[in-house]
Amino acid sequence: MSIKLEHVTYTYSPGTVYEMHALEDVNLEIRDGQFVGIIGHTGSGKSTLIQHFNGLMKPTGGLVLYNGENIWGENYPLKALRSHVGLVFQYPEHQLFEESVLEDVCFGPKNQGLSPDEAKERAKEALAQVGLGEEFYSSSPFELSGGQKRRAAIAGVLAMNPDVLVLDEPTAGLDPRGRDEILDQIAELHSVRGITIILVSHSMEDIAKYVERIIVMNKGKVAFDDAPKEVFSHYRELEGMGLAAPQITYIMHALKEKGIPVDETATTVEEARVSILKALGK
Amino acid sequence: MIRDITIGQYYPADSILHRLDPRVKFIGTLIFLVSLFVSNKWEGYLLATAFLGAMILISKVPFGFMVKGLKPIFMILLITVAFNLFLTPGTILVQFWIFKITDAGCLQAGKMAIRLIYLIIGSSVMTLTTTPNQLTDGLEKLMRPLTRIKVPVHEIAMMMSIALRFIPILMEETDKIMKAQIARGADFESGNLIKKAKALIPLLVPLFISAFRRANDLAMAMEARCYHGGEGRTQMKPLKYASRDLAAYGIMLLYLAGSIVIRILGR
Repeated sequence: MSIKLEHVTYTYSPGTVYEMHALEDVNLEIRDGQFVGIIGHTGSGKSTLIQHFNGLMKPTGGLVLYNGENIWGENYPLKALRSHVGLVFQYPEHQLFEESVLEDVCFGPKNQGLSPDEAKERAKEALAQVGLGEEFYSSSPFELSGGQKRRAAIAGVLAMNPDVLVLDEPTAGLDPRGRDEILDQIAELHSVRGITIILVSHSMEDIAKYVERIIVMNKGKVAFDDAPKEVFSHYRELEGMGLAAPQITYIMHALKEKGIPVDETATTVEEARVSILKALGK
Repeated sequence: MIRDITIGQYYPADSILHRLDPRVKFIGTLIFLVSLFVSNKWEGYLLATAFLGAMILISKVPFGFMVKGLKPIFMILLITVAFNLFLTPGTILVQFWIFKITDAGCLQAGKMAIRLIYLIIGSSVMTLTTTPNQLTDGLEKLMRPLTRIKVPVHEIAMMMSIALRFIPILMEETDKIMKAQIARGADFESGNLIKKAKALIPLLVPLFISAFRRANDLAMAMEARCYHGGEGRTQMKPLKYASRDLAAYGIMLLYLAGSIVIRILGR
């Protein structure tokens, strides 16, 4: 089970003055159960890339394979693919439309052809997974707080029981607590339900803390595709792409330069703490 | 799919038409439209064709973009042609059941089709070479005299430029919401008319909410920058006629005179 992109190219408005290459020869494979982070400067092609995962965009060149099958082949059930690969857009709360939270979350499962009762069961499950309790079922989605709206919207995708969940900056515009809550819940989905998670983020700290693999996009191409430690060791190159390593990585490099034998590949505060304590012999 | 609407879509290029004063282009378009109705002879249409062709050539906008604007009026065009074809009295050429096609009908239908097509392409030339902001600036200046009879010219122009500015934003928003709902399994394409209309609810509700939110934000931002209507407001780039604008007026008047002369001589 995997999503595989082979030589995928996408061009906006080909043949006009507005022509723009958003993706150029992208080759990727995302295996089942991975927790993948995608980072890249604004306009680097991240959003375009993730819309290829569930067939919302058709590549102008190359192949997209889901479990080895070409999703743009004849008679491929695209609608079924979208139940397997759930996509949460940026600011997903803008897609809420129903009168109550529960109804809104039911929208996805109902479109999958489930009966109203089954859909409700799924919706309740999904809402519990994002930490929205029974008291929210009948409230209007428009009277929730920003973080709650965001979680209701994520539940709307989760309720479809996807095998792969793609999230485009799920924490943009949230306060630190809302951000941590959402990310922890996503990490839990990964560890408990075994869902493959693809997380697009601008926060290097978040990425370093959660993911096991980072794909760095730059000008429509894959610049790096490796474990966080490896990717962040190229922090000079990342800066050249308008990105950076987590702040803690810089501190560790500075400490090393001062002659303290710490592990400069540490990417999270916790790792850094252990390494610094060890270097100090405590 | 949504990107295919050309009316009100600026095509950036560097041509003399792009640099002309928007007032010239607006009046020029009006003159062209008038000339289409002045002409009732083939010579007149020939002149209009030559003029339009020349304009398209100087505008440096690919011809395909002009024709794209015709798509939405295709049905109207078809109906107009059909009415003219079947309902104009004259010598009957073909007749079946209650339908008759007359020689005058053919002529009339051809003329109407040409007029409509040229009308759309003519206005497309203007909208493709003028940014919406320039256009409203030009309109505001042209309608300035109407303020004397208490027409809120500035407010109308401001409303127009805001509306125009929001078209691409709302189109993008529609695209985004549509995709988000498709990702949740929504189906906008299949089913009968009622089903299709129902399928639009998940698209329209968020779209309206977002439009109201944006309107609210914009009003707030305008007030925060002390906007209080047109009185005493100056422009960053005031419109001033250059010599090329005057030359353009001259060419247009010559063209109009030409088509009037053809009409009179044609009798």
